[in-house]
Amino acid sequence: MDTSIRPFHVEIPKEDLVELQVRLDAIRWPTEELVDDRSQGVQLATLQALVEHWRTEHDWRRCEERLNALPNFTTQIDGVDIHFIHVKSRHEDAMPLIMTHGWPGSVIELLETVGPLTDPTSHGGRAEDAFHLVLPSLPGYGFSGEPMEIGWNVGRIAGAWAELMGRLGYTRYVAQGGDVGAAVTDAMGRQAPNGLIGIHTNLLAPALRGGPMPGETDEEKAALEQTTTFRASGFGYFLEQSTRPQTIGYALLDSPVALAAWMLDHDTDAYYKITHAFVYGQPSGNLTRDHILDNISLYWLTGTGASAARSYWENGHAAALAADQTPPDVSLPVVGFTTFPGEIFRAPRSWVEQGYPNLTYYNKAARGGHFAAWEEPQLFTEELRAAFSPLR
Amino acid sequence: MSTVQTTGEIRPFSVEVPKEALVELHARLDATRWPDGETVADQSQGVPLATVQALAEYWVTDYDWSRCESRLKALPHFITEIDGLDIHFIHVRSKHDDALPLIVTHGWPGSIIEQMKIIEPLTDPTAHGVSAADAFHIVIPSLPGHGFSGKPTTTGWDPIRTATAWIELMRRLGYTRFVAQGGDWGNAVTEQMALQKPQELIGIHTNMPATIPDDVARALQFGTPPPPGFSADEQRAWDQLDSFYKHGLGYAQEMANRPQTLYALADSPVGLAAWMLDHDAASLALIARVFEGKSEGLTRNDVLDNVTLYWLTNTAISSARMYWESKLAFFAPKGVTVPTAVSAFPDEIYQAPLSWTERAYPNLIHYNRLEKGGHFAAWEQPDLFTNELRTAFRSLR
Repeated sequence: MDTSIRPFHVEIPKEDLVELQVRLDAIRWPTEELVDDRSQGVQLATLQALVEHWRTEHDWRRCEERLNALPNFTTQIDGVDIHFIHVKSRHEDAMPLIMTHGWPGSVIELLETVGPLTDPTSHGGRAEDAFHLVLPSLPGYGFSGEPMEIGWNVGRIAGAWAELMGRLGYTRYVAQGGDVGAAVTDAMGRQAPNGLIGIHTNLLAPALRGGPMPGETDEEKAALEQTTTFRASGFGYFLEQSTRPQTIGYALLDSPVALAAWMLDHDTDAYYKITHAFVYGQPSGNLTRDHILDNISLYWLTGTGASAARSYWENGHAAALAADQTPPDVSLPVVGFTTFPGEIFRAPRSWVEQGYPNLTYYNKAARGGHFAAWEEPQLFTEELRAAFSPLR
Repeated sequence: MSTVQTTGEIRPFSVEVPKEALVELHARLDATRWPDGETVADQSQGVPLATVQALAEYWVTDYDWSRCESRLKALPHFITEIDGLDIHFIHVRSKHDDALPLIVTHGWPGSIIEQMKIIEPLTDPTAHGVSAADAFHIVIPSLPGHGFSGKPTTTGWDPIRTATAWIELMRRLGYTRFVAQGGDWGNAVTEQMALQKPQELIGIHTNMPATIPDDVARALQFGTPPPPGFSADEQRAWDQLDSFYKHGLGYAQEMANRPQTLYALADSPVGLAAWMLDHDAASLALIARVFEGKSEGLTRNDVLDNVTLYWLTNTAISSARMYWESKLAFFAPKGVTVPTAVSAFPDEIYQAPLSWTERAYPNLIHYNRLEKGGHFAAWEQPDLFTNELRTAFRSLR
């Protein structure tokens, strides 16, 4: 078995960029939505502003330089090439941290946290806040390989991440994630591989498994209402990707505007923040036009719209098979959670404790949403420092 | 309820697609960027790559839209503005003066293309070995936002408003005694016509009846076990529905939640084709066989006529909005009391059992379980379908 770790360099052929431009110049648009909000989906004005910026301002080579300024690697695990960024802190006793993006995200979401996490003394922190950072691309996403067989659910990914940390020589490390990354991190916590001593997540994965959540207090009622609203009016993409990923995959590979719209339509808070960035030029934090298009371009240029969607199908399958089983509790020294106010639902402490009876850290952040690390990297970093401080 | 205009003129309409639109479609098909294949050997991840590639190959090399356009041009088309929207329809009068007027409504992802094969047998029965007493005058409208009808620019065009418009359409055509038929959204519109009880409407026929009892609907919605005591027919319906609710609702939920997000369907012909093919498991399997070269009730040209119509009229999103507009529980009994005839085709999303059907339609005048046919019954099994309509409405003549 080849367990070598190979350096990786991002280099998209010029023809691919030209071809993207050609498609963007030839878009055929539908008629405008009939409402003045997002209730029918991504608004035409938002998407046309995005495409205009993509065609005329966005520069993929700038993103590529940003990526290549970091140490990128690939290594084959369980038959799939896993891409990851690996930034070692100059502080030798830094805590190793594997941090996992979600959908529709990528390593692009996490780039802004590299400085604060690995070089805390330059970013308002202390040397003992330092992390060695590992940022993998999920199988089927970004520069990772696309699984050619079924079975790559979050449980298998969690196992691969433990293998990855072992190959990097880390014997004592922590894990973090939001969205799909939260599900992977949750699975790592329950699998408790040797060396893993703590997790932190910013989307409450156990709540997504279903089962009743407390609904007594105002805060709990509000969270219940948010989940109900999401399931009733925002669940289409989730269901389509969980059941028919190949069907939407054709569009996501063939049409950049289709891909952009599909990726923008994730959650209400992020959607309006992105709309503000493109239509009014007012980004929220680091969720800027260029950063958003870096992420969409990454999906386009790697042709991973279908394979990323398929990861939902895998998780749907795994969830159906495990429906009658109670997963083991997470009993690591640190189990941390941060609720960001713009997330799909603002998980109250009671919900988090239900999912993680051994919760050691809970906090409500002042700002930020679903893409917390991306939007508010400094605030996000401070959460990680605080959550993992008992391990120092 | 909106006010219906009653003075609209009826204008002849001719289908004309500019050559450039066809050239442009070809250019897009030639430039398709494909995903890798699914990682399963069946259709459980969506429309298989081999099916879409075979479809695209045929679309580029063999398919000829002008053949479809000629067929359409051979029929009398009209447009009339109703409630502020241009409604397109085909209207073929039988040579038999006392023919029964019939309005037939397609669904999604269908169009008037679905109904082309039933026009002649229904309007000219004697040429098809059937008595003149079974003749129909036929009206086949395009739903709002579909095909050659206008695209609504305001919200509100749900099946209820569409039903009101259809009643107005039949009145404008001078029909004082008529029947209505539909499947899919066409059923929803037809049922809503019946619920509005216009005196001219003497009966309806549906090939996608809404019959699911409350307790069954709840079990499907929440994924809980079915109520006990099913008959064999009820069990079969449950099995079909259970599979559809667990694996097949994605497209409907997306179109109900976020139709506008599907920019894909306006920009990518293969994106559109795949989305349209993935309606229900049985029709996808049938179409996949068709593109493997097997002989079925549908041909490759049939399938591509319909997909190409959606493409050329750029109506995928405007048609998807019907899902967003409708607040109706799709398969729940609506309390229809006009005489109702039901044809239960075996490969429909579910084959409605007689027991559920009798409860849903207290005034049931015809029920038949067919041996063959699926969601697109008129299109796939036109002979069976026309026979059903003749039999169903005979007692109302």
